Amino acid sequence: MTFLNSLELLAFHNVAYTIYALLIIAIIAWFGYNLTRKEVAKPLVRIPFYVFIAFLVAAGVGHHIFTYNVVPWVAQDIMRESIKPDQVYKVVIEKHQFQLPSEKLVVECGQKILFDVTSKDLVYGFGLFRKNGTMVTQMQVNPGSKNTILWTFHDEGVFDLMSTEYSGPKGNGMFVPNIMEVRGCKTTLSQGGSK
Amino acid sequence: MSFMHDLIHGADNQFDHLSLNALQKATLRAVVVSFLFYGLAALEGMIMRAASINPSIPPVNGSVDHYFSIMTVHPIVGIFGSTYQLVFAAFLFLVPFLTKKPLYSIKVANATWILITIGTIMSWLASFVYNYAPLYTLYWPLPADTTQFKAIGGVMFIVGVALIMVGTLLFIYNIYATVFSKVGVHQNKTTKELLISGFGIDGMLNLFNKLTGKQPYSKEPALSLPVVAIFRGTVDTFLDALVILSAGVLVLVYLLADMGGVKLDVASIDALLYKNWFWWGLDLVADGLVLIYVAGSWYLLATLITGQKLFMENVARAALMLELLVSWMVWSHHLLADQGQPEMMKLISGEMVTAFELLTQGLALFITLVTLWKARPLKMTMELKYLLGGLIGFGLAVPAGIIQADMAMNRVLHNTQWIIGAHVHIAIIVGLYMTLYSAVYVLWPLVTNNAKLWSTKLANAHFWLHLIGGIGMGAFMGMAGLDGMLRRHLYFNGEYNLFMILSAICGTMLLVAWLLFLFNVIMSVGLKGLIGIFLPSKNKASSYGIEPANA
Ligand SMILES: [Cu+2]
Repeated sequence: MTFLNSLELLAFHNVAYTIYALLIIAIIAWFGYNLTRKEVAKPLVRIPFYVFIAFLVAAGVGHHIFTYNVVPWVAQDIMRESIKPDQVYKVVIEKHQFQLPSEKLVVECGQKILFDVTSKDLVYGFGLFRKNGTMVTQMQVNPGSKNTILWTFHDEGVFDLMSTEYSGPKGNGMFVPNIMEVRGCKTTLSQGGSK
Repeated sequence: MSFMHDLIHGADNQFDHLSLNALQKATLRAVVVSFLFYGLAALEGMIMRAASINPSIPPVNGSVDHYFSIMTVHPIVGIFGSTYQLVFAAFLFLVPFLTKKPLYSIKVANATWILITIGTIMSWLASFVYNYAPLYTLYWPLPADTTQFKAIGGVMFIVGVALIMVGTLLFIYNIYATVFSKVGVHQNKTTKELLISGFGIDGMLNLFNKLTGKQPYSKEPALSLPVVAIFRGTVDTFLDALVILSAGVLVLVYLLADMGGVKLDVASIDALLYKNWFWWGLDLVADGLVLIYVAGSWYLLATLITGQKLFMENVARAALMLELLVSWMVWSHHLLADQGQPEMMKLISGEMVTAFELLTQGLALFITLVTLWKARPLKMTMELKYLLGGLIGFGLAVPAGIIQADMAMNRVLHNTQWIIGAHVHIAIIVGLYMTLYSAVYVLWPLVTNNAKLWSTKLANAHFWLHLIGGIGMGAFMGMAGLDGMLRRHLYFNGEYNLFMILSAICGTMLLVAWLLFLFNVIMSVGLKGLIGIFLPSKNKASSYGIEPANA
């Protein structure tokens, strides 16, 4: 399994976690019901202690390994210093304003884009969103440190820019609609559809 | 008895505040204040829930300044004003109760709840009057940004938080002094023995000796397991109080300089380093305190409810030690979206060590469940019901947090409603509060000298409304987060209205649940009794259930 974009990942995650949530509630409810009874219902499976612990370890560690390999952007993010991007966009944020290299950033499908964002005063967030409000990617922007994120866009669409970190009440208005356009992809998941 | 009679004198005249000793009163005072602050936090929550559906609804009236100042005090009131008070009250009662020793100082115990109460009110006023709103994260240099906030508001807020921390340090001092006092059963123990037990080292040595086929290190540990958990959690409380105090002093220096007409350069403090330091301490409140205190409380409740020994006690002792060390090394999961943060730190501290909490908390859940199971059949009492509710809460919230503490998922979940809904609110409202309610029901007869609960029906209604409302609110906020809704943002165009309406309905259930609980308690102790709690006690004893000769 691989996820092409965050939308697919989140949809999968939504289903998986909902199933887990219902399961754990059901288990505790079943447990509580049997606590009060003399005659105990037979559990479907008997899980020995060590299996349970092994499961927790596997779940904790496995979750990271699983997402590392199936989510395309983790490896790229870690190696970003040594990867040559197709485009570099330098963005400066000051006084709750995004200063962008141009009015609209147009990208060809599959290009590796490096966003290099600098804050001159407060901690901000740099987040790209689809037109339906779902998040494509984000990072924190700290003043005084280098904030870069390397991203490959796999689906066509127009994206909005928003600060994802609170920078005082004034930060609430940090919204730049239609800042990016990705062209030339076969998929248009960004418009809110799913596979 | 008539309704009016119960309202004034309490259910069946069974609550007599004159019969309470100093320890019981000090405990009850903090409990009462804690639940009042809980109500305030719930109200603030509802105001924010309403504003997230329609920002122009009063009292927010479309003002972001107002909205974010409410968001700033909400966790201060909820975490410090309410949960700290409740936890501290329970532990100041439990440590003497479990060690069979008197509390070190009643005066200090009273000072604790008074300082936390005054501090919380001060911080609340700073936001209410001056709209001071740097949120609890205080990301540098926002709290010192005098172009957005008045310096006086900031000073008031920080002094308020500082008072809370001083109250916290006094609580810690009181607990340590009680644990290490060599009276009663600990008359012949050395400080070394008490320390070894406090840190769970005896549990580890017992396990080690068992594996190597030797005699157990100690058959009867000097301190009982819940006391060990309280002691161990208090180490984290101490560290986090120091960190928050240090951040407060820093902010104060800048604000006071500003008021004196001197502009200090905010850039001389590294924002990322500050974030690391601050989260290291703040995380000890969450990953340290909640997990250690809560695990300890589960163990205690399970043993009190079943009247039997805890299952796998040595493992539990050793696990508490492990949890302490883990809690010191996980803060980086709050900085996974910070690209300036070293990748290694994110990977090891933020991902790998954090994932370990699945293990420690899973172990605590397992031990608690088996202890209950072995004592079957049990009566489904209020305390058992709430304990199971608490287990569900953490069963849901811990994995939700681990999902977020993943470099891949964090990229799209950081600062969304997922973290605050599915993780934080379910952990606190369902996990922590249901555990605390269980403790309240267990302690009720001890602290009130067997006052009668006015209505079991109301108590049950409270339970179900709180459980369903809590899980529901967190779940719907979480779903909005998956759809990209940010946690620290006010939306003006009804962007996530469906989920926000659903979560507001669940939030209303929580508020109603609290009102029912409050009403039930007032009817149980009566208004006279409620006032009596705050009057000085005639019986100065600072212990419970010990013969005076022993004390
Ligand atoms: Cu944390």
